[in-house]
Amino acid sequence: MKPAVDQVWDWLDQVPDPEIPVISVVDLGIVREVRWEDDALEIAVTPTYSGCPATSVISMDIETAMRDRGVTDIRIKTRISPPWTTEWLSDKGRAKLVEYGIAPPRPAGGPDACPRCKSSNVERISQFGSTPCKAQWRCRDCMEPFDYFKCI
Amino acid sequence: MSNPAFFEFLCRMGDNTLVLGHRVSEWCGHAPVLEEDIALANTALDLIGQTQMWLGLAGEVEGNGRSADDLAMLRDAWDFRNVLLAEQPNGDFGQTMMRQFLFDAWHVSMLEALQQSSDARVAGIAAKSVKEAAYHLDRSGDTVIRLGDGTSESHRRMQAALDLLWPYVGEFFVADEVDSAMAEAGIAPDPASLRAAFDRRVADVMSEATLTIPESDFAHKGGKSGFRHSEHLGHLLTQMQWLQRAYPGASW
Repeated sequence: MKPAVDQVWDWLDQVPDPEIPVISVVDLGIVREVRWEDDALEIAVTPTYSGCPATSVISMDIETAMRDRGVTDIRIKTRISPPWTTEWLSDKGRAKLVEYGIAPPRPAGGPDACPRCKSSNVERISQFGSTPCKAQWRCRDCMEPFDYFKCI
Repeated sequence: MSNPAFFEFLCRMGDNTLVLGHRVSEWCGHAPVLEEDIALANTALDLIGQTQMWLGLAGEVEGNGRSADDLAMLRDAWDFRNVLLAEQPNGDFGQTMMRQFLFDAWHVSMLEALQQSSDARVAGIAAKSVKEAAYHLDRSGDTVIRLGDGTSESHRRMQAALDLLWPYVGEFFVADEVDSAMAEAGIAPDPASLRAAFDRRVADVMSEATLTIPESDFAHKGGKSGFRHSEHLGHLLTQMQWLQRAYPGASW
């Protein structure tokens, strides 16, 4: 069986990120290429942060998702160049992040609003957070802490 | 091996991030506040991730089938090529952050230059790592300023940290035959060419931090050549490598 590349992209868009399951690996922008190399399906994946422990889980999840749909000859390649940037996050992914309570990345270096109450009265607690891709912020109005997706 | 100098160079890059990454990870669960604990653990994680790329390429260039894990876990102290600064003990939190800042200030310039490497694999690793290193530098610089220009106690400790660690800075910039071969091949910059940017960066932060850079330019050397590591590296390796030493070949 040799499904079309577009079909594979659709399937990949159903593979959730293991740490932020509301967005898919495609939303995250880490799937760089899908192509057939003879009878092998080649998927190029780029890591977000170089030490992110989710990277190997993601590769496994992708492979499992493809096998579940009948593709058996799968090659997952790690591609580090060009390096991943948060600009590759899809608009759909950004909207889902906000819904989930994570402020999406902004070139300005911080969130424009609290993802819960939408107040712009926010402050940084720490440049780092619960995963390599996030920082900790707090809303001064609703007093809730929240994650901000670091912009790189 | 067709290019032993290239292998040496890659071990230097990878051992710097590995040894410093391990040092920083020693704080896990011990940092003064939770946010700093998480920040230190994330910094360590980035550095270990970069190690995977550098040592992975080192193994490939060596051509003896050694993986990044093999190089990290199965070599002894005399085969390590990190600068002495990276292996220095954590001391207090201020000393750890001073070491981090001095390393980051060099690391960012080095990685920026390596993005122009004649070797595409080196340029790729540098382009990936430089974003993380720049983020580390933001934080370590801010922390040095806040603690240096903080209370009299934090100021005293940060000045002591700078006095202690400054003699380890020079090693970054002194070229040996490996560096010359890399510069000639266009793989890496001449180490001395990074000094001016480093000095500017450090001077800016120290002046804001109200700290005084020591006048002496005496430099401890012997880490990146592997000729003479400080006593601390061996102790670090007994921690880092104990599992592979106790259970050779263990994996999960």
